[in-house]
Amino acid sequence: MSSLVTKVRLKQIEQLLEKGKRLDDRGLLDTREIKIEQGLIEKAEGSARVFLGKTEVLVGVKVGLGEPFPDTPNDGVLTVNAELVPLASPNFEPGPPDESSIELARVVDRGIRESKCVDTEKLCIEPGKKVFVVFVDIYVLNHDGNLIDAAALAAMAALINTKMPNYEIKDGELKMKQGYTQLPLKSHPITVTTGKINNRLIIDPWIEEEQVMDSRITFATKEDGTICAIQKGGSSYFTPQQILEASKIALDKAAELRKKLDW
Amino acid sequence: MNEKPDKLIDKKGIRLDGRKADELRPVKLQVGVLSHADGSAYIEHGKNKILVGVFGPREVHPKHLMQPDRMVLKVRYHMAPFSVQERKSPAPSRREVELSKVIKESLEPALFLELYPRTGVDVFIEVLQADGGTRCAAITAAALAIADAGVPMRDLVVGCAAGKVDDTVVLDLYDAEDKLGAADVPVAYMPALNAITLLQMDGILEPAEFEKAVGMAMEGCKKIYEMQKEALKTKYMVVKEVEE
Repeated sequence: MSSLVTKVRLKQIEQLLEKGKRLDDRGLLDTREIKIEQGLIEKAEGSARVFLGKTEVLVGVKVGLGEPFPDTPNDGVLTVNAELVPLASPNFEPGPPDESSIELARVVDRGIRESKCVDTEKLCIEPGKKVFVVFVDIYVLNHDGNLIDAAALAAMAALINTKMPNYEIKDGELKMKQGYTQLPLKSHPITVTTGKINNRLIIDPWIEEEQVMDSRITFATKEDGTICAIQKGGSSYFTPQQILEASKIALDKAAELRKKLDW
Repeated sequence: MNEKPDKLIDKKGIRLDGRKADELRPVKLQVGVLSHADGSAYIEHGKNKILVGVFGPREVHPKHLMQPDRMVLKVRYHMAPFSVQERKSPAPSRREVELSKVIKESLEPALFLELYPRTGVDVFIEVLQADGGTRCAAITAAALAIADAGVPMRDLVVGCAAGKVDDTVVLDLYDAEDKLGAADVPVAYMPALNAITLLQMDGILEPAEFEKAVGMAMEGCKKIYEMQKEALKTKYMVVKEVEE
């Protein structure tokens, strides 16, 4: 967007925020409507599509076999990747992942990994040699703002939906059996991003707000009210008080969402 | 690395490297260490050794990145292949790409970007040796190098981490504590403006522990801030005798 349009829009958004309002009629701490569909990609072991307002993110989970990392021989492997698909926004271009998609993938990864959400020990088949590898691929299909929260939600919904193939070991040989079991999960992290516009905090910023936003801060939290991942982004700062306020907002909103989703 | 020790902090509250919970590693700062860069700085933060070179304000390359209304800050955080135990491939990893981005966003709030339209400043960070907390040490040195380049700043930016080791909130984690500890919270801070410009976390923390860790990291930043100012004075406030 041209800088002039941005400046006019910023003025408008700031004036609304002073009255506690937003361009799309939400309150400062209201999330857009959330819709989750699970299991829509039959060829993937798990999948989910999340709508956060008009933002649309599809996550597919593939489960394969591979070797564990040498420093964690008893753990399965989890990898998270994100694609900002060019059809999702005029600003996305085809090509190797840029810093935005790498950051998106790594922030979602951190929430899942640090919360010990996937029970990787149960994904070990033969210590040091063979483990299950869980690939979480985030596909952004429509970018209308707050990709981090939408992608984290979709990744979690897809992991809940994931089934692993049954197997047995006969005479030292790995054999796949009929049927599937649920991917073992230990917790369900929920991610809430707070944006700062002219020293006011809002949650779930949509694209018009993101374009004029000073900075954002993302908190991933667990069922027990602990924090498991944080990421600040954007070219501005937060005061220590704003950080604490954002952490409280994130914990409250996560609890609210948790109740709604029954996670 | 060796086997994980039972305790990272002993009964007297002393950490494996002999420090107390709220004690920083020794920090050494030097400004103006490269002759061809417009600004430069070198930091030794514990065993971290990091060199930063700054070029600009100058023309933006590639040209399409040029912005008509502001300066473009570009940051490359890069680790030397020999900087860690296992050789690191010199190609930029996903971690380095992310760190370059968050470091850039930690420095931007200190700059008057809108006063230098159509220009660019490039910050090149080379980690020569890494021992935990490199992003924070890199930010401390990068701010000095930008100041050394003569680019006006709102304040210096200082980086320092806090975290949780065993059950204690501690300041400035080194490599072993980072890997074996419970949580790491890197913070970048502009003390004069009371503004946090970088905040990340991995691991598990109670909200109260998180608040304590951020507070502790800010205190660490304030101490390093004094050293930063000293380092600038050491270069710029020397009176040289000129021989006739």
